[in-house]
Amino acid sequence: MSLFRPNWQALAALLATLLSLTALPYTAGMSAQFSLAVAVLLAAGAIVSMLRLAAGLEALVLLVASFGAASMLIAGLAGATGTASAGYFASLVAAWLLGWRLVTVLSGDGSRTGQTAGIVAITVPALFGIWVLILWECIVRGAGVPFVLLPPPSAIGLRIGNSLPILAADFRQTVLKAVLFGYVVGSLTGFLVAILADRFRFFANGLLPVGNMVSALPMIGIAPVMVIWFGFDWQSKAAVVIVMTFFPMLVNTLAGLAASSDMERDLMRTYGAGHWQVLMKLRLHAAMPFIFNALKINSTLALIGAIVAEFFGTPIVGMGFRISTEVGRMNLDMVWAEIALAAVVGSLFYGALALLERTVTFWHPSYRR
Amino acid sequence: MPETVISAQNLDLTFETNDGPVHALKDITLDIAEGEFVSLIGPSGCGKTTLLRVIADLEKPTGGTMSVNGMTPEQARLARAYGYVFQQAALLPWRTIEDNVGLPLEVMGLDRATRTERIRSNLALVNLAGFEKKFPWQLSGGMQQRASIARALAVEPAMLLMDEPFGALDEIVRDHLNEQLLKLWAKTKKTVVFVTHSIPEAVFLSTRIVVMSPRPGRIHEIIDCDLGPDRPLDIRETPEFLKIAHQVREGLKAGHSYDE
Repeated sequence: MSLFRPNWQALAALLATLLSLTALPYTAGMSAQFSLAVAVLLAAGAIVSMLRLAAGLEALVLLVASFGAASMLIAGLAGATGTASAGYFASLVAAWLLGWRLVTVLSGDGSRTGQTAGIVAITVPALFGIWVLILWECIVRGAGVPFVLLPPPSAIGLRIGNSLPILAADFRQTVLKAVLFGYVVGSLTGFLVAILADRFRFFANGLLPVGNMVSALPMIGIAPVMVIWFGFDWQSKAAVVIVMTFFPMLVNTLAGLAASSDMERDLMRTYGAGHWQVLMKLRLHAAMPFIFNALKINSTLALIGAIVAEFFGTPIVGMGFRISTEVGRMNLDMVWAEIALAAVVGSLFYGALALLERTVTFWHPSYRR
Repeated sequence: MPETVISAQNLDLTFETNDGPVHALKDITLDIAEGEFVSLIGPSGCGKTTLLRVIADLEKPTGGTMSVNGMTPEQARLARAYGYVFQQAALLPWRTIEDNVGLPLEVMGLDRATRTERIRSNLALVNLAGFEKKFPWQLSGGMQQRASIARALAVEPAMLLMDEPFGALDEIVRDHLNEQLLKLWAKTKKTVVFVTHSIPEAVFLSTRIVVMSPRPGRIHEIIDCDLGPDRPLDIRETPEFLKIAHQVREGLKAGHSYDE
């Protein structure tokens, strides 16, 4: 049995490290010795990780080498923005490859069960996200990308930390008022109208073409109209969100109400069940996967709608307002801070809905255990 | 003389389709007495399922009269005079087995104590005690179909309408369920109307076999099946059994040419 267990990520990392030695020092802020220390750490990590080690030990070696090197590379950029040599990027690639290897080792053969599987399910995407940030930071600062084009994540993080009260006020204005109100009212009316349209068919026949037309209206067009109708404050944004979320819910609920099978409906008929009994005991349950689809679609639509609607007149608070004014003032870190906030809010919103969906439609073939 | 519970007089049913009218039932006249086990047998398209659905008021006849328990089929349906078992179990996947059996009882508005008692006794009747908390997809096909029979029985109907209930199951499970169904019938004395396309199944279970033929769907022949109440599976090798089976087969052949 051979002592080594080569893999392409570690071999490539070793190669990149050797290449980086041709362009020492890495940055104007790093001495040749400090650069060499990074290279040694990377090379040692690559070689040791290829030894036949237990998976846990191999992961630890990779973790120390990749993140140790990455933090040294970031530290080496202090006061030396835009001075990175080709060697700097070669060693960055080496560190990233070891990080990749780490994720591969953690993912294993996919046969993990129980608790370890849960831990891996969280760490793998987390490591992936951290590496996106590291690469972004090092490339933007190392190559000296202008701040206006793309600020480094550290600057965005600093801006978030220094602007918490502003972000909180924008969050309250846009999410807690416009999005939440519009989302709840839009989805709820879409749902109720679907129930009525299903009961009284002529209602559906008249309403669906009109609804189709409303859903085709460009949001950019109706937002200023809503501002004129409902004023500058959050009510006009909520109105835009209502218009945007109403129709997806209506259409999906109607489709869902048709999802139960003929046999299931015949079954309820043999029990002499009335319309509302069939609705409550059969058709609404069968419609749940469709309704959750609409809720998830609407969660993103509502956030987009509220933010964009704020471009057309708003009091001096709100995520959309902040983005449009800070862009004008070239404060791109603030713009990115709002983008980050919107991304986090959107993901949490969507994730909470997906979790709820699993609980409610546990019986659906895609969730059965 | 037992009372007639299902009576069809000159029943006609024509479906209007895009390809023109389809004569699903033509001039059906049939009386079924209380406590009988009547099988409807025939090739596909002979209207056996349609006839069962007319009895159940799932289809409206276009001619003739149908009475169920002396009422119109609709009145009988609303009075929950029958329990219907479909080709598939059609258990609702979001309900446990006990809640599925309790579904018709909830629709009927029975109180919780009555529901619990009927669920318990009917699950025991089909040998599914202990599976109350399972979900349908966790059970085998045969067990699901037994649960659906328990659900039909929970209504405590005077008659059972069964539409090829074991058609989707394998032979061994099917034999087993046939035996259980016979025992159930002997115990509960319910009137059963049973749709099948299996000759052995029809002869094994029935007191009378209605042989139907297609295009238009009509009754070709009614064969008495007097094998007595006690029928072990072995009876299928006896000369009496084979004689009736032969008679049914001849009837099916005469009423339906495969060269059409």
